[in-house]
Amino acid sequence: MSRHTLSVLVENKPGVLARIAGLFSRRGFNIDSLAVGPTEHPEVSRMTIVVNVADSPLEQVTKQLNKLVNVIKIVELEPGQSVQRELLLVKVRADLDTRSHVLETVTLFRAKVVDVAPDAVTIEATGSADKLDALLRVLEPFGIKELVQSGLVAIGRGSRSISDRALRALSA
Amino acid sequence: MIEQVTGAQALIRALEGVGTEAVFGIPGGAIQPAYDPLLGSNRIRHILVRHEQGAGHAAEGYAAATGRVGVCMATSGPGATNLVTPIADACMDSIPVVAITGQVPSMAIGTDAFQEADIRGITLPITKHNYLVTDPGEIPRTIAEAFHIASTGRPGPVLVDIAKDALQAVIDTAGVSADIDLPGYRPVTRPHAKQVREAARLLVEAARPVLYVGGGTIRAGASRELFVLAELLGAPVVTTLMARGAFPDGHRLHLGMPGMHGTVAAVGALQRSDLIVSLGARFDDRVTGKLSTFAPEAKVVHADIDPAEIGKNRAADVPIVGHAREVIADLIVAVQAEYDAGRRGDYEVWWRQLDGWRATYPIGYVQPDDGSLAPQYAIQRLGAIAGPDAIYCAGVGQHQMWAAQFISYQKPGTFLSSGGLGTMGYAVPAAMGAKVGRPDATVWAVDGDGSFQMTSQELATCAVNEIPIKVALINNSGLGMVRQREALVYNSRSAGPDPRSTRIPDFVKLAEAMGAHGLRCEKAEEVDAVIERAMSLDDAPVVVEFVVHHDAMVWPMVPAGTSNEDIEIARGLAPQWEREEA
Repeated sequence: MSRHTLSVLVENKPGVLARIAGLFSRRGFNIDSLAVGPTEHPEVSRMTIVVNVADSPLEQVTKQLNKLVNVIKIVELEPGQSVQRELLLVKVRADLDTRSHVLETVTLFRAKVVDVAPDAVTIEATGSADKLDALLRVLEPFGIKELVQSGLVAIGRGSRSISDRALRALSA
Repeated sequence: MIEQVTGAQALIRALEGVGTEAVFGIPGGAIQPAYDPLLGSNRIRHILVRHEQGAGHAAEGYAAATGRVGVCMATSGPGATNLVTPIADACMDSIPVVAITGQVPSMAIGTDAFQEADIRGITLPITKHNYLVTDPGEIPRTIAEAFHIASTGRPGPVLVDIAKDALQAVIDTAGVSADIDLPGYRPVTRPHAKQVREAARLLVEAARPVLYVGGGTIRAGASRELFVLAELLGAPVVTTLMARGAFPDGHRLHLGMPGMHGTVAAVGALQRSDLIVSLGARFDDRVTGKLSTFAPEAKVVHADIDPAEIGKNRAADVPIVGHAREVIADLIVAVQAEYDAGRRGDYEVWWRQLDGWRATYPIGYVQPDDGSLAPQYAIQRLGAIAGPDAIYCAGVGQHQMWAAQFISYQKPGTFLSSGGLGTMGYAVPAAMGAKVGRPDATVWAVDGDGSFQMTSQELATCAVNEIPIKVALINNSGLGMVRQREALVYNSRSAGPDPRSTRIPDFVKLAEAMGAHGLRCEKAEEVDAVIERAMSLDDAPVVVEFVVHHDAMVWPMVPAGTSNEDIEIARGLAPQWEREEA
């Protein structure tokens, strides 16, 4: 088993997310994370799906996804050749005694404070899953009151775009 | 010119535009707006069925018999959910069907309105694609896309759910586009030339090849090409349940059906082969038996129009994605090129072994010792008398396997059966659909008493609409396939009625009550006469009840979950594989 990041270009139509989620569940594949959002083309959405499977089931996942009529293109993004990021918002207990330590951690991780209350701060951080895990380990002793995390999004390095050819077909 | 039409009129025009000649359905609240123009159409025949499941199977039977898209129609809620079984059936067996359902008005969607069911959500996993239409202007395009998707690539069912207000709304035809817009749908039909050459090379190098022919060959209309390829190679052919008729039975190269109830020769050929060339088949568990022990020495060439089938169950050494007719046509050329270069396969030793199995273990049956009628005999005689031009639709169970084993099929599209889903109740409505699509053909449903009682009310549909199908009802007073497993696996504890109990229902009376002829046959010597009699009756549907031996079993059998090596030709009796080699 290993983690794979799939970038999936889909038609921006109702029900597409349900089709993809349903496909994973009925074929017995697990989704580690899923992020959906618009692309540079209004008719196309992009899903970034992280799955934890061995290589041959991954091929099956990709082929089954490709069979969905609303799926336009699928690309696997290798960690080395892509930038992969998650967003995290975390509310940490921070009173007068601990606040400076918490803020020091924020600086070290190049994170940001986005909200302050008398006994807590809310921190925004982006990065790889490893970096965010490390940040959380450091913040844990202060007391994590609430945590929310996005799915992973990823984009290939270099000047080439995965949507170029797919979207040219769309506008043709 | 601007013309105003309702969404319902646009729907019926779109159906006419794609050449629909028959719609099987039942009206109801949400779909009723569509029925007004439908019943006014002089190009589309509407057949009012008795249950939506019947409409769905009829659409399947129509499609399987004609190769054209079958159409069924139902209202929202229960009408739509009753279509679920035939839609799932069509999905498993790759049958081009378009199902049109009415939905509650768009403002009411999501409110648990009367007769509301999220049929698009329900059918997501059992359709090739589906739609919910709330904008009347989208109706023409959606119908065009639905037919395109259903009938191209790997065929399958497409559901179009249309909100009632979209059917009622008035639209200007100008500015409404019916142009297909499917950027994510591009089925590959042309096979890769290098892969085809590689397959041909393996074929001439192999010592023990088998052409493993599946239902895709029939859907693709590739029987002629298959015949040429098989004769060119002189290689053995096996045809799966879904491919019966793709290659003529009785041909010297044909070993029959592989799988759980296949012939010893066909099962043994796959199991011992060194090269399986799969053409439109999918290595289903009923064919492979225990997958990890299936054909251990075989290399695999897997040709399918659906890339996801390749490597799904069995790894492929040579994957070929393409339309079966094009793949086989290209293979013929590639094999001929190998021959021209002086390379040719020698399968003589292989054929000695196969012929030995074929001669020693033909499909057969034992005459019942209580003097009752052997079901296999009745089915065999039916095939002999009705002949190779008739269409046979089987239900699901023992009678289905006997219909696959004991009728000699010569042409594609003459054996229709629910293979993947195994849907009891398929036969009668599918026969109805086949007869509507091919009115000049004799259409026989071969059904069991269990299967028949699930959809028998469609006999009334056939009677009212003058669709004279014939039903060979193999009545063993119980669920034979279940009873066989109870006897072989579960110590004979039985869920069924005592077979010696009163005969309920009386099938002859039931047939007559439905407006059909009812005939009964209980003795072997009456079989031919009753079939001839049924063949002569064409003014109404005919049901022939064959009262048969209670405990007849289907042999050979590979018990579920075991290896093909463990095939039994009768209870506790295994073939002696190696005798010919010793």
